[in-house]
Amino acid sequence: MPLRLFSIQDMLRFILTRVSLVIPTFIGITLLAFFLIRLVPGDPIETMAGERGIDVARHEQLKKDFGLDKPLIVQYGYYVERVLHGDLGKSIVTRESVLTEFQSLFPATVELAICAIIFALLLGIPAGIVAAVRRNSIFDHGVMGISLTGYSMPIFWWGLILILVFSVQIGWTPVSGRIDVLYYVEPVTGFLLIDTLFTEDEGAFLSALGHLILPTIVLGTQPLATIARMTRSAMLEVLGEDYIRTAKAKGLSRFRVVGLHALRNALIPVVTVIGLQVGVLFTGAILTETIFSWPGIGKWLIEAIFRRDYPVLQGGLLLVGAIVMSVNLIVDLTYGLINPRIRHNR
Amino acid sequence: MTAETMEAPLVAAPTATPPHPLREFWGYFSANRGAVAGLFVIVSVVLVALLADVLAPHSPYLTDTSIALKPPFWQEGGSITYPLGTDAIGRDILSRLIYGSRLSLLIGVIVISISIVSGTIFGLVAGFARGTTEIFIMRLMDIILTMPSLLLAIVIVAVLGPGLINSMLAVALVILPHYVRLARAAVITETSKDYVTAARVSGAGTLRLMFKEVLPNCTAPLIVQASLGISTAILDAAALGFLGLGAQPPSPEWGTMLADAREFVLRAWWVVTFPGLAILITVLAFNLLGDGLRDALDPKLKR
Repeated sequence: MPLRLFSIQDMLRFILTRVSLVIPTFIGITLLAFFLIRLVPGDPIETMAGERGIDVARHEQLKKDFGLDKPLIVQYGYYVERVLHGDLGKSIVTRESVLTEFQSLFPATVELAICAIIFALLLGIPAGIVAAVRRNSIFDHGVMGISLTGYSMPIFWWGLILILVFSVQIGWTPVSGRIDVLYYVEPVTGFLLIDTLFTEDEGAFLSALGHLILPTIVLGTQPLATIARMTRSAMLEVLGEDYIRTAKAKGLSRFRVVGLHALRNALIPVVTVIGLQVGVLFTGAILTETIFSWPGIGKWLIEAIFRRDYPVLQGGLLLVGAIVMSVNLIVDLTYGLINPRIRHNR
Repeated sequence: MTAETMEAPLVAAPTATPPHPLREFWGYFSANRGAVAGLFVIVSVVLVALLADVLAPHSPYLTDTSIALKPPFWQEGGSITYPLGTDAIGRDILSRLIYGSRLSLLIGVIVISISIVSGTIFGLVAGFARGTTEIFIMRLMDIILTMPSLLLAIVIVAVLGPGLINSMLAVALVILPHYVRLARAAVITETSKDYVTAARVSGAGTLRLMFKEVLPNCTAPLIVQASLGISTAILDAAALGFLGLGAQPPSPEWGTMLADAREFVLRAWWVVTFPGLAILITVLAFNLLGDGLRDALDPKLKR
């Protein structure tokens, strides 16, 4: 096949097809977010009123205020219209805008997720490479065993065990939260590791770092297992290719062959897997944030469920769905751009 | 005609009889030590679950605050009567773990049965119908796949109400897309083959084509996915239990036991350690089995 790396038409068609495929998914997510939440048993207004109860007139008034008296399909129509204007409603409990709450908590989850994925990459890729190069060695079996264990790990238990060992027994790391209460840090980026650097208070930075260690390990465990396995199998496949034999035959050093020739091609599937970890990271974040009282999106959503805070659940579900969908789309597009075979096949 | 071709090699060279398919399968499977270990653990867990009434030294529900938070027998203050210690209200942890194995296996089997049966039907329909029906089913599955699995399961449980049955339904729905995709892909590959065309030409109806012709030929990937899926199901259901949305106390479900134990992490390590260890070992065993089955049933996937 002749190489046509930069055919604009092809590229555009590819991008448009992929983007158009996402639209029905997005509509589906709004439907899901809207209708699923509406099926929750229990009356939100009575929940809001709490144990004191509420008189009938006030109940009706509030129902009207929140638009809960209209037919479901009309409510959905309003909902989509508001969503498209960037209005995700107000939390029934705190009366804050859902988007504002999301924006203030999101950096905490992202900071944790980024640290977790860096942790997974730093350990997973080298482990996968060495396992592939020394196939069937003790190291290989060890890596595969540990990675299967990591893959099978109930991470909510793993978090408790790490707390048990490192916080309770040895006393190295704090048990929960993002930073010690004695530090107040003005949120600039929302990433505490960066914000604390600006305060020029070493203690604040170290405290933020210390609070991050255990959650990072817990959240990074499953991605680490997946990345190590994926790197190993991608490397094994590439190492069997003819061009690797040629490179070896040319007398290139083993380091050059593995590090330069093989790794570059082996990383393509690995990059895809990393992109697809976004959903896994969100799932993990729900559990990790619950264990470590980490003030992020996962903990916020769980609390919303127990408080029957419909707008928060709706908005959160929608935003999380949209984010995962967008990241998957970006990964898909980049993959297609890097690898022309994908582009031409579809 | 078939009888002739079947018999010919038997008569000609009796020593060259191809091994029985099961024997051949076992040959591949038993070469994988991990898979055999996984199978061994699963058989043990099944036995423990079946014999729970005989094996458990105490009732899993019996509380006795006078013996609350007793450590395991090898630690000071522990006794052999409560080998793995007791929880905060004096229930024997070993007995609860033994009875909990019933729940975990039940969850795994039921969830996978629901997912596989409905997933296969949806996949077969999508693969045969094509057109709008296929697009509708596959888009729906894409939406489910887009949402982080646990988040979706949590929301479904919140809608249906917390509990063991509802959490099983939620997990079944969340893992459904994998089976639908698998079945559909298998159907599309198979329907282009000659034997399906032959069956169609000889007048077989769509239902017969679906279930009698095509389905038996795409069972291998489904079996592999089922074994791997049981581990996901057990893990997700335990996570729901841990969040207080799955099986409700005093049920000895392992995830629910961990939820109860959380607040004692600072002073009673055994309450936290053992239930999670049970989950890990069971899930690991199913994953090992699944890997082994994949290698044995589908040598093409083997590297």
